[in-house]
Amino acid sequence: MDADTDEFGYPHKHLLGIEGLNPIEITALLDRAESYVEQNRQTNKKRAVLSGRTIINLFFEDSTRTRTSFELAGKRLGGDVINMSVATSSVKKGETLIDTAMTLNAMHPDVLVVRHPESGSVKLLSEKVNCAVINGGDGAHEHPTQALLDALTIRRRVGKIQGLRVAICGDILHSRVARSNIHLLTTMGARVRLIAPRTLIPTGIEHMGVEVFNDMREGLKDCDIVMMLRLQQERMHGNYFPSVREYFHFFGLDYAKLEGAKADALIMHPGPMNRGVEIDSEVADDFGRSAIHEQVEMGVAVRMAALEILTANLDRIPQRNL
Amino acid sequence: MAVKADRAPGRVAYINARLLDPASGLDTTGGLLSEGEIIKDVGPHVTANVALEGVTVIDCEGLCLAPGLVDMRVHLGEPGEEHKETLASAGRAATKGGITSMVCLPNTEPVIDDMSVVEFVARRARLQGLTKVYPYGAVTKGLAGKEIAELGMLAESGAVAFTDGLTPIKNAQVMRRALMYARTFDLMICQHPEEPSLAMGGVMNAGETATRLGLTGIPREAEIIMIERDIRLVELTGGRLHIAHISTSDAVEVIRGAKARGLPVTCDASPPYFALNEVAIGDYRTFAKLSPPLRDETDRRAIVEGIKDGTIDCIASDHMPQDEESKRLPFANAAAGGVGLETLLPVTLELYHNGHMSLLKALGLISSRPADLLGLRSGKLSRGRPADLMIFDPDRGWKVEADKLLSKSKNTPFDGRLVQGAVERTVVDGRTVYVSD
Repeated sequence: MDADTDEFGYPHKHLLGIEGLNPIEITALLDRAESYVEQNRQTNKKRAVLSGRTIINLFFEDSTRTRTSFELAGKRLGGDVINMSVATSSVKKGETLIDTAMTLNAMHPDVLVVRHPESGSVKLLSEKVNCAVINGGDGAHEHPTQALLDALTIRRRVGKIQGLRVAICGDILHSRVARSNIHLLTTMGARVRLIAPRTLIPTGIEHMGVEVFNDMREGLKDCDIVMMLRLQQERMHGNYFPSVREYFHFFGLDYAKLEGAKADALIMHPGPMNRGVEIDSEVADDFGRSAIHEQVEMGVAVRMAALEILTANLDRIPQRNL
Repeated sequence: MAVKADRAPGRVAYINARLLDPASGLDTTGGLLSEGEIIKDVGPHVTANVALEGVTVIDCEGLCLAPGLVDMRVHLGEPGEEHKETLASAGRAATKGGITSMVCLPNTEPVIDDMSVVEFVARRARLQGLTKVYPYGAVTKGLAGKEIAELGMLAESGAVAFTDGLTPIKNAQVMRRALMYARTFDLMICQHPEEPSLAMGGVMNAGETATRLGLTGIPREAEIIMIERDIRLVELTGGRLHIAHISTSDAVEVIRGAKARGLPVTCDASPPYFALNEVAIGDYRTFAKLSPPLRDETDRRAIVEGIKDGTIDCIASDHMPQDEESKRLPFANAAAGGVGLETLLPVTLELYHNGHMSLLKALGLISSRPADLLGLRSGKLSRGRPADLMIFDPDRGWKVEADKLLSKSKNTPFDGRLVQGAVERTVVDGRTVYVSD
């Protein structure tokens, strides 16, 4: 498709990941999202942009906030939103991922929002359907709307992304949020540091244009943004750290460790937080510095933008015969 | 005899000595001045003339003055096995052997896998006021080889390095994670290199001698496989690995190769493995039952070569007290291990007396080298360092007699051996803690 003919500057059919997007495309998504922030604060939050469109939230993994956020985004744009979660789906009856995709495809949805515990599964599914697909998080691979909402939060608070020093701290190994953020932030010209015990730093991540630190004070020095990650203990089948108390002692964000960061450094967390594990309650609830609630707010705006742009693109991108 | 440590050492001048400092290469006639716990001055200019008022003068009468020894592998019976050794008996044996710092294994009861035990050992040792004791922390909780212990917090409370001691870390994934996690804090993991499934049931080196004696052998491959595996894991993780008491020629070769590739791998040897071979078992002598087992003469020579060319970084006593009840048993049932605190110096000096290396180099293997590996300030004769010293005669001959050892357990594999090198005086933090009779 010719980029000149698309009105938003994001020419792709799907939103499967941040990797591979260029700064113009990312900016396009952020600019469109920006326009929805104010709308969401009005009494009347409804538009008819997605009128007549069907959006299916297909979640193979538990989620409350992401699913709710997508659901609200779809509804505020006037679309019909259906939630399907694994507990009620036919997956339990032995249907394969691809069969599920084909079945849903036959119902002619316009957008599928998919979350799946296995990396790469959303991409696989996108190859088997005619509709647009948004990756709502696949394994430890990508969670593009989270990275976009983080970027929007930063842009609104600080005014830019380029040149900022951003620390991403904690369970990088299991985190799709970290990977999407690394792609987005480095693409937009920020300098990214990762801080975690070595066991939670995936092999070869240095090649993704980041600096790795093992010490919070050292890594946080002069940072503009501090992104904490949730310690995903449910994904840890083995020994990544000895105990929660040791983890918090060395890697939990508290005021003492935050000292080296810039005085106005913004604190972010994708939620849900484990208080006293990766973040101290005092820091998390510091309204002056913590952007945690704002991130949730930006999430709805970002997902509205993604839904709007992808459905608009649908009309221009030729349908495949499956 | 062990002397009661005086509380305030004040200023002491050790004059008329042959100063030997392996770290700087110093080998000259001179003296050393200590003030309180610290070395104040050292060199040829420290003579009787500089001795001011209020300075205690100790005339070394031409004997050697060297850094007190640092022994990086000692098994203490305390807490848990006080009938084999206590901090007090080990301290007396160590000071007699010229050892001023020793690092104890975590295989105690309770295991040193908790900050409170680290602090307990440190406090108990301080009360003795003899040789300094630094603990290894356990790599895995309860030495069970499953879950990583709180390495970061243990290090903060005083553990100088980490090992499961007598137990190898069997599971490769656990070892991988341990090396990675330790790298977070730049900590060293020390491994007892033995593949347990291969060594299981074995009681001595596999080979002709074992066959003649009708004993089950531990193949040398048990050691080599574990070392090769761990070196691969170092390559994967970048973690620091120290391989304890290597005993085979292949181990030397494999480690030599790893070092040539620039990997952060170090190792030590223990006196039995370069001074004895499996022949020492003779007629089922259980004092020669060690872990790893004594190997053959080719291996012994390879260990000597490894020490000479620097593949082997240092020498540790591998002190492992066993009471009579544990040793006076059929060979297969006897406990493994030998005491070594009092023989570390003279057996190491055999490398010098046999013409393999200089006196300075031999001393470095048991002082500055292990101190550097563990990040200890001791082991060097230089201004500002702790006044941990040893005055000794490298040539004086004596006979190792098990009954006369100060260790509570007497299980030395060197019983009856004629050795050279005797300690005259041992000083810890400026205080004399041992003077020979």
